[in-house]
Amino acid sequence: MESQSILERLGILADAAKYDASCASSGTSSRNSLGSKGIGSTEGMGICHAYAPDGRCISLLKILLTNHCVFDCHYCINRKSSNVRRARFTPQEVADLTLSFYRRNYIEGLFLSSGIVKSSNRTMEQLIEAARILREEHDFRGYIHLKTIPEADPELVHQAGLYADRVSINVELPTDSGLTRLAPDKNARQIEDAMGRTKDDIAEASDAKRKFRHAPRFAPAGQSTQMIVGADAATDADIVGKASRLYGSFGLRRVYYSAFSPIPDASAVLPLKRPPLIREHRLYQSDWLMRFYGYKPAEVMEAAGADGMLPLDIDPKLAWALKFRDRFPLDVNRAAREDLLRVPGLGVGAVDRILAARRHRTLRLDDVARLTQSIAKVRPFLCTVDWRPTTLTDRADLRALLAPKQEQLELFAA
Amino acid sequence: MSTLRNLEFDTCYLVHLPEPDDFDAWRERARALIQCDVPPDRIVWTAPGGAGDLFAQGDPRLPVPEPDAPPVRASRRFVELARQAVLHTDPERFALLYRVLWRLQADPRIMEDKTDLDVRRIEELDKTVRRDSHKMHAFVRFRRVESEESGEHYVAWFEPEHHILRANAGFFVRRFANMKWSILTPRGSLHWDGETLEEGPPAQRADAPTGDPMEDLWRTYYASIFNPARLKVGAMLKEMPRKYWKNMPEAALIPELIAGAQKRELQMVAEGALETEDRPETLKAVDEAIHRCRRCPIGCLDNQAVMGEGPKDAALMIVGEQPGDQEDLAGRPFVGPAGQLLDRYLEKAGVERKEAYLTNAVKHFKFVQRGKRRLHQSPTAKEIDICRWWLESERAIVQPKLILATGASAARGILGKTVSISKTRGEPIPLEDDSELWVTAHPSYLLRLDDEAKEKQSRLFEADLAAVKERLAELA
Repeated sequence: MESQSILERLGILADAAKYDASCASSGTSSRNSLGSKGIGSTEGMGICHAYAPDGRCISLLKILLTNHCVFDCHYCINRKSSNVRRARFTPQEVADLTLSFYRRNYIEGLFLSSGIVKSSNRTMEQLIEAARILREEHDFRGYIHLKTIPEADPELVHQAGLYADRVSINVELPTDSGLTRLAPDKNARQIEDAMGRTKDDIAEASDAKRKFRHAPRFAPAGQSTQMIVGADAATDADIVGKASRLYGSFGLRRVYYSAFSPIPDASAVLPLKRPPLIREHRLYQSDWLMRFYGYKPAEVMEAAGADGMLPLDIDPKLAWALKFRDRFPLDVNRAAREDLLRVPGLGVGAVDRILAARRHRTLRLDDVARLTQSIAKVRPFLCTVDWRPTTLTDRADLRALLAPKQEQLELFAA
Repeated sequence: MSTLRNLEFDTCYLVHLPEPDDFDAWRERARALIQCDVPPDRIVWTAPGGAGDLFAQGDPRLPVPEPDAPPVRASRRFVELARQAVLHTDPERFALLYRVLWRLQADPRIMEDKTDLDVRRIEELDKTVRRDSHKMHAFVRFRRVESEESGEHYVAWFEPEHHILRANAGFFVRRFANMKWSILTPRGSLHWDGETLEEGPPAQRADAPTGDPMEDLWRTYYASIFNPARLKVGAMLKEMPRKYWKNMPEAALIPELIAGAQKRELQMVAEGALETEDRPETLKAVDEAIHRCRRCPIGCLDNQAVMGEGPKDAALMIVGEQPGDQEDLAGRPFVGPAGQLLDRYLEKAGVERKEAYLTNAVKHFKFVQRGKRRLHQSPTAKEIDICRWWLESERAIVQPKLILATGASAARGILGKTVSISKTRGEPIPLEDDSELWVTAHPSYLLRLDDEAKEKQSRLFEADLAAVKERLAELA
């Protein structure tokens, strides 16, 4: 195995890491390398250094330390019984690669994960060692995201948080039965316990930081998790419910949804068609509704159909508004912020612009048009001094009027 | 004619700014002009690099405000936006900013009115400039050069759309404080030696190095991290427009990645062809399907599929590993030596074989040919997992209350993971469909043992069967 070149191993271990959706490098403490011995800075906003043709941002060097794994999770390309080529890096090689990429401004930092080799503890130690080399030997100030292993010793997981900006543990599947079936070596209890401990560590560290300026940082960018969508029978309502519990119980920064995608050498326990990518998109939209638009999880679930699935042809906010038409139209010049946020087609930015502008003048439909992306989309739900939708709000075919026209598949767009 | 010219000279000012991105110079002149009450339409602003107004005429000598002239007022938001807007290449930007500053004197809250056309234009300029800066932070690519006098040096060639180079020097200084670097652009260049920042003249692409060995690794990474199963070219183009591609080493790969993506995905799905097939709903359909099944190499050997047998509503399902030589010839499960042994133990425990549904985790006989004999080969975990589809179909139709898995392969066929027989035997394992699994050894294991070990194992086997019999009575 050692005869594989760095190039070959990078190919294998990056390929193995690509099913993790997260690539965020934002929201951590602000720092730079002035007056240090090393390089690196984080200035709040994450930077996407490139985009792959799958539309996803490449911000971090996202690799596995090794794709050898003693676990046998069926949706995972690296499971024990899969025939993929295996490779591994040493922590030193990962650190060197990270620095070489960083110096050329390819990346914001490192996102390191790993298959489980020998034992969970041994694997966790290796992950930490790569981060330690970067932080201590090279005074690296860039971003580090470490995937932690729930089965590892809590003390090790804690240590990871001291070097990393963000730590994450994947819950993998929205339901416990799905986890038992598809990830037989994992345990939902254990995962949640580990998330709970990380939450406490983060809270404790930020508390200490308030009292002592030099208190050690602990995962200043918080923790996140990922759920695979479409690999089991969980409905959107299940997923939304699970996500809101996770946000609530563990103070997560983000829950990532990853549409199960066909993997080479797939396990036979996945007798599934691939879920439409748009489903993942609708879940992110519902996530946004809960986090930024003040919707309660139960309200998002109201947007779903009787089968617990969000409509694919329209976004969940529009679906909700069409279901609760009696709450519209709203008067743009009087409605409260939280009500305006429920108007399909009005984003947080547009609502804030409306609030600022209406202090200066009474808004007409033209004014609203200037403040929003698409007046046609918001018009049925609003009134202004010169506009009332009258019968439009109650039209039976409103959904058809507002649903985006079927577009040619993106595949052929370029 | 001459009077008209004189009139213009009297009232129009030509303001030339020393640099196209110099906010402070603009502010200083704008402040003086406001204090002298010069209305916006009497000023022509020019700066180097801008197209300028070739026919602009006016007085380059600016008026001097009275010492007691009232101070100029500007909201914080205006200053914030103006700093960015000045960096835009729009030649109208200085005039626009002056016009809004002029209006701000009468109406200090004008910036809050997002429907105002001037305010919207400033916000647009600000947004464009910020985006250009952000893309510069993202898409600058350094290449390493090594020279004897200065050692390691990182050089980048970049083509920003607006006058953002100087404004973004700080970002690169803070990030690469301990690195020697230069950023060369058509509008000027920056050089950092680890201590001081120097500005240089405009550069050309040819001044920058043409490659870096690390770019092969970076391209490998870029190609590998891309998931061909989810092509979204539009999303990529939105964030990484083509105009940036020429200076990004990885962008050369994009066309082939897109072209290869559909092919790769089709191939992956074909390899795991199970994905789109519906589950058979009758035992007969399973029987027919397994005879056609070639999803793993075992199905391609010279053998026949062996279907399970027994009542369609059996309470007990007994699962073995795979058909052996005799089963393969007979086309029935558990008829060889191990099957006959099982029969004897079942009889002893008082379990009626004909009331149970007997089947195998793997449906075809896996063997290697040695002369005239076909030697049994254990199926791999992967092969068991592939065949699990059929076993699960049988389970869904028969719906047994209790499943007895004989051997580790059978247990894997039910659980999807490998378990230790010694650790799991003797206890029920609850299954998702409310049935339960009991694990025991495979009878062929008993055939291979001698004396003492055989005696011990057969006692355990008997005990397992007795426990199953007892449990079946409870479940009935």
